[in-house]
Amino acid sequence: MSSIDRRQFIKITAGSFGAAALASGLVSDWWGATASAGITPDTDGDNVVPTFCELCFWKCGVLAHVKNGRVTKIVGNPKHPLSRGRLCPRGTGGTGLLYDPDRLQKPLVRVSKRGEQRFEPVSWDAALNRVAEGMERIRKAHGPEALALFYHGFGGSWFKRLFKSFGSPNIAAPSYAQCRGPREVGFELTYGQGVGSPEPVDIENTRCLTLIGSHLGENTHNTQVQDMARAIERGADLVVVDPRFSIAAGKAKYWLPIKPGTDIALLLAWMNVIISEQRYDADFVAKHTVGFDKLKAHVADKTPEWAYPLTGIAPQLIRESGRFIASQRPASLVHPGRRATWYGDDAQRSRAVAILSALLGSWGRRGGYLLPTSMEVPGDKYPKSARKPHRPRADRLPGKHPLAGAALASGLCDATVTAKPYPIKGWMVYGTNLMQALPDPRHTRAAIEKLDLLVAIDVLPAEIVGWADVVLPEATYLERTDDLHVPAYKEPYVALRQQVVPPMYESKPGWWIAKQLGERLGLGAQFNYQSSEDVVRRRAAAAKIDFAALARDGVVLGKRVPACRDDGLPAPSFDTPSKKVELYSDQLAKLGFHPMPEPSSPEEPPQGMFRLLTGRAPMHTFGRTTNNRQLGELMSENEVWINRAAARALPGFEDPPLRTGDKVVLVNQDGIKSTPIKARVTERIRGDCVYMVHGFGHSARGLRFARGRGACDSDLVTRVKVDPLMGGTGMNVNFVRIAKAEVRS
Amino acid sequence: MSAILRKRKKRYAMAMDMRKCVGCNACVLACKAENDVPEGGFRCWVEIEIRGAFPDLKQRIVSSRCMHCADAPCVSNCPTGASFYSEGGAVQVDPDKCTGCKACIAACPYGARFVRPEGYVDKCTFCMHRVAKGKDPACVEVCPTESLVFGDLGDPESSLAKLLARRQHETLKPEQGTEPHLFFLS
Repeated sequence: MSSIDRRQFIKITAGSFGAAALASGLVSDWWGATASAGITPDTDGDNVVPTFCELCFWKCGVLAHVKNGRVTKIVGNPKHPLSRGRLCPRGTGGTGLLYDPDRLQKPLVRVSKRGEQRFEPVSWDAALNRVAEGMERIRKAHGPEALALFYHGFGGSWFKRLFKSFGSPNIAAPSYAQCRGPREVGFELTYGQGVGSPEPVDIENTRCLTLIGSHLGENTHNTQVQDMARAIERGADLVVVDPRFSIAAGKAKYWLPIKPGTDIALLLAWMNVIISEQRYDADFVAKHTVGFDKLKAHVADKTPEWAYPLTGIAPQLIRESGRFIASQRPASLVHPGRRATWYGDDAQRSRAVAILSALLGSWGRRGGYLLPTSMEVPGDKYPKSARKPHRPRADRLPGKHPLAGAALASGLCDATVTAKPYPIKGWMVYGTNLMQALPDPRHTRAAIEKLDLLVAIDVLPAEIVGWADVVLPEATYLERTDDLHVPAYKEPYVALRQQVVPPMYESKPGWWIAKQLGERLGLGAQFNYQSSEDVVRRRAAAAKIDFAALARDGVVLGKRVPACRDDGLPAPSFDTPSKKVELYSDQLAKLGFHPMPEPSSPEEPPQGMFRLLTGRAPMHTFGRTTNNRQLGELMSENEVWINRAAARALPGFEDPPLRTGDKVVLVNQDGIKSTPIKARVTERIRGDCVYMVHGFGHSARGLRFARGRGACDSDLVTRVKVDPLMGGTGMNVNFVRIAKAEVRS
Repeated sequence: MSAILRKRKKRYAMAMDMRKCVGCNACVLACKAENDVPEGGFRCWVEIEIRGAFPDLKQRIVSSRCMHCADAPCVSNCPTGASFYSEGGAVQVDPDKCTGCKACIAACPYGARFVRPEGYVDKCTFCMHRVAKGKDPACVEVCPTESLVFGDLGDPESSLAKLLARRQHETLKPEQGTEPHLFFLS
């Protein structure tokens, strides 16, 4: 064509006649077609507002198209470094959240027994008064520490301010002890710093991407998926360790269908190959690490042959894949994963990943781990509250998980049940469905029974909302301005979450709710803003960022600084006790833990049972999106994956054998039964485990779309293996048998 | 300018890279949002095929849609002339002429068409309303893996033509003789 000729032509027509002319026939003449609504959908907005997404926690920049006050579509913001104009399905599906007919519309108070989900609407004033009075009553009787905040999501910052000012240290996000925590600890112990989010991994430039239990592609952290595709385009190879033939495994040079729970053995065997064959980065190891000789001795007998019976991976495959991983160093990236709470040995497994990465010399190198910085944007200044906590966090128990780097949501739940070390009598729950986020909802219910006050602040009536005494309906991310997002990233930037349309119904933004509560609790001084826009404006001003540009583009880029040695970053420094990368950890030895990762031997599934594994689907962020009708069109229920040969051998399914689409129930080792779920009989998984996507099987009455679709894995997680280092709850330690779903009479 | 355009035969087509696609369905939803496709209808879709037995497995991921065939059975089988070739050979449906008789649906080997609640047949338009403004189709724009490339095959300098010259590709059901214009890169 030459696209240039064509574009110029379009520019001329569009310029002369404008968008209206295009819609009213000119374009159709150009095609020789009749004008028709079917062909010109007209979803472009009159107004396009940049903000960032909250369907997951990656925070991609989006452009929201608004027409006649309605958001018609959401597309990627080309200027935003995390989206680069492209989105995963959830990003597009943001309108499905905004216009979800099941949204919480008015403040509610409970009118019958807790958990019966019976509420009556009240005024905001009445609801806020009730919450403030309840909090004060608990504070007077038990101290401010008797109130705990659980949160997930970017809007949580306003409630953290509230709780800190109130004098409670009990502020926890399940994203630590139920998700990323072990990984942070493993890397902190080794390099003196955690991984954080977005992970500073240079997938785009890697030559070899090793994924261990991480199913990137099904787990659609947008930028990482983009980078993985770019790496594939450039000829990079994947090594995928997963009991399941994931999408990434389908693209891999080497797929290692490992026996669940034996990853540390595999990692040690890889180290054995790489050290014994002198394939490691001797220069990096000599200059920057301590404990190499001890590590060498530690892995000397951990050969691929040794690992074979543990992992089920043939020695030749371990050896070849290990050699390949080393052959591509330093641009050989062993991905740290994200949800790492699997078997209770998770911080040690993350340490093994960190140690292997050190042997590859990929820390601070292009195609490996980057060392990015963030723009300098001072935090918001507000007068510090005079109220200070008098007791430490309730999840901190003497001698238990000494390396926990943040509050454990599960620990606060435990403390609520036991009233030890002190009673917790009130919960505020912001944007996290604790009934699915925490293991074993029965335990969470036992905690709720101890409470004098449970406040839920949310957009949708998830299960936890049904247990609340007071429900405060929050505006969605498209209806509110939040704080600034200033991440450490290879391309430093500041992004603005700004209101696209006014809040629907009687919903209110979190900053307003927190301020209203603060004022009622005598903490007005700590909420020294009229609106969140004051906060973002003054932070931007303090950082000398042009707020008008930020509001216009949704993002302001900072100066690019080298994030790896290849780009001129000076030699790295390490904030560990030895100031080196600790292959051998004295810290761990002193605390009585293994100073170097030891293989753990997972329990065998009892006869006739399968280990229950869970994961993600690209169109859902667990239970947060399963009520979204748009995303539900792409996936409306989860299935349980079972190996074909194992399905044929299932007792009770001899004739006819279990087939894909048949409904079954899962019964765990403690006799807990799931709701009916469809089977997927497949070659894509080992025979000793089953797999399902997390976040389905809702029971909340108000989730009219998601309710009763698929099964809830959290229900079946009646056991956890707690990581002794940091308190993460390993959840892949439950077993299920497969039973026929009872046919309704 | 228009003289130049008239000289050359414009041929719109799309390539889909099966190596890079992760099957996330971003294309499916972006298409629906852009084109206001009603609930239950899809102009594009994703298929994941697995062959082999554990652990020797092969995966194939396809993002599919109307193939905009050069010899399209939907066009030749449409009794009212509602299905037609628009500029660049893209196959379109004129809702005003469509009676919803479904002859095209029966004729299409690819299952690319569906009936809208309004009663007329709908399918991928190659987002001609966007192309007319110099933009890529919505599925191409959104794709996180950049697996979709749209362009003019008639222009040997287009990135699409160059990509197809460089990479091995196939079409679906070539035996149908429809000359599909959606190319799958392997």
